[in-house]
Amino acid sequence: MTTLTEAPPPLAPAPPTERPPRRRGRWTPYWLLLPGILWLCVFFALPMIYQASTSVQTGSLEDGYQVTWHFAAYWDALQAYWPQFLRSVLYAASATVLCLVLGYPLAYLIAFRAGRWRNLVMILVIAPFFTSFLIRTLAWKTILADGGPVVGALDSLHVLSVTNWLGMTDGHRVLATPLAVVCGLTYNFLPFMVLPLYTSLERIDGRLHEAAGDLYATPFTTFRRVTFPLSMPGVVSGTLLTFIPASGDYVNSELLGSTNTQMIGNVIQSQFLRILDYPTAAALSFLLMAAILIMVTLYIRRSGTEDLV
Amino acid sequence: MTPRTLTASKTPKAPLRWLRRNLVVLAGLLTLGYLLLPNVVVTVFSFNAPQGRYNYAWHEFSTDAWRQPCGVAGMCGSLSLSLRIAVWATLGATVLGTMIAFALVRYRFRARGPVNSLIFLPMAMPEVVMGASLLTLFLNLGARLGFWTILIAHIMFCLSFVVTAVKARVMSMDPRLEQAAQDLYAGPAQTFLRVTLPIAAPGIAAGALLAFALSFDDFIITNFNAGSTVTFPMFVWGSAQRGTPVQINVIGTAMFLVAVVCVLGAMAVGNRRGRRAA
Repeated sequence: MTTLTEAPPPLAPAPPTERPPRRRGRWTPYWLLLPGILWLCVFFALPMIYQASTSVQTGSLEDGYQVTWHFAAYWDALQAYWPQFLRSVLYAASATVLCLVLGYPLAYLIAFRAGRWRNLVMILVIAPFFTSFLIRTLAWKTILADGGPVVGALDSLHVLSVTNWLGMTDGHRVLATPLAVVCGLTYNFLPFMVLPLYTSLERIDGRLHEAAGDLYATPFTTFRRVTFPLSMPGVVSGTLLTFIPASGDYVNSELLGSTNTQMIGNVIQSQFLRILDYPTAAALSFLLMAAILIMVTLYIRRSGTEDLV
Repeated sequence: MTPRTLTASKTPKAPLRWLRRNLVVLAGLLTLGYLLLPNVVVTVFSFNAPQGRYNYAWHEFSTDAWRQPCGVAGMCGSLSLSLRIAVWATLGATVLGTMIAFALVRYRFRARGPVNSLIFLPMAMPEVVMGASLLTLFLNLGARLGFWTILIAHIMFCLSFVVTAVKARVMSMDPRLEQAAQDLYAGPAQTFLRVTLPIAAPGIAAGALLAFALSFDDFIITNFNAGSTVTFPMFVWGSAQRGTPVQINVIGTAMFLVAVVCVLGAMAVGNRRGRRAA
């Protein structure tokens, strides 16, 4: 607050170049940052460090835990739970691809074709955010109910025989199979794909499409050579915003899946809250974090967009 | 390429061509349907009189649940707790986040890079990891889990989203407006209150709205840090195992309607502002 007094007296009109707002005080930005950054350091960064130390502890709940640099915990955890890890990556990846395939037309529709309906469609995309996602996920239980219209239609269209062959469904039901979990994940994270896609599509100059058309590009070529490359920032941030939370999710596999569809989130949750095996749980969540950070870094490198924030 | 366009233009079937031209629109509308289908189901099933404990199959029409929305033990208590937490979390995250956003956009200082990464990381971290590690901290500190630990967690994960929303708005602001205000003899405080804050307001409002929605709806992180305290999402989670009362669908429908009305209202205000400014 003292920095405010260092500002030039308001009654002395000086040429504007002499007091650009950012020179008001050298310490002002630090004062502004202090409370928020402190909060993040104490309640975000510090817990990560605590967790790292927990993951190399041994002991028991009764006798207490000691740091023994027991790195084998990582190896044990990986050996015991690699199917859940693999499943998380597979489910999250399929949900992300489905989100991209489903979300792109919707984002395109809002950006270029909705006209005066744009605001309404936008509201309909955002509004579900404000209804509890647990209630909406539970609604999928009704939608995908055994013998219900959706499952019946999928069955008669022979979709289920294909997904059975792929191992995504089991017989004539969808609920409690991987397909239901992927369907729930896709549904829950779709808005996180649509919104960044829309933002980057909206920035594209519509005249580029006309220009492509004038140069005899078919609509598909225009899309492949002009629209899609220009929407790459949206594709990248959309896939990240979908993949990262989806890979850690345990709600969808708990509500829509079965014990055969458990993801790593389910394991971490039950290790932490039910079995109370903190070292294993900490090691698992550290492994998940590391895996995601590595994948995200590789992905950002490859896609060549660094300005995500 | 050319032969295909020729054959395409040669096919005179109008419906097919219409379909091809509007394929994107149709696909987009289908996705929108997918996105809204659960909301439709929630609304329809809020008028159900279920047979047994679970409200997953249609039985018969009834408005009982709408007439007694609080007829379920513990539900409205958890709802009001969630609202209270969301209000405080929104307030805390918005104040702290707005300060950070202003510091990041308006000043060049040495710690900008690390600060930016520290803001970005919570958004790039799966919620289980954040919830679990925060629980580790609380257990180590011997903190009692409940209202305060939930609030601390919510402010933590809402903060980054507020910063991003406010930053976007402040970045597009013309700094000359503030210089003009100062040239017109406005003091720093006056400039901030009369010029800077009103221009940044839509960004701050968007950040606050997002924080409210995120906090009100959060289950994963809350589940780790709530102890025996039950927020509304946790009530819904528990009821999924015990049997879901119809009233949950009533609340879900009401939330959707309130959200649509709020967004429509905000848009109307924004439009009027925009027209006045133009």
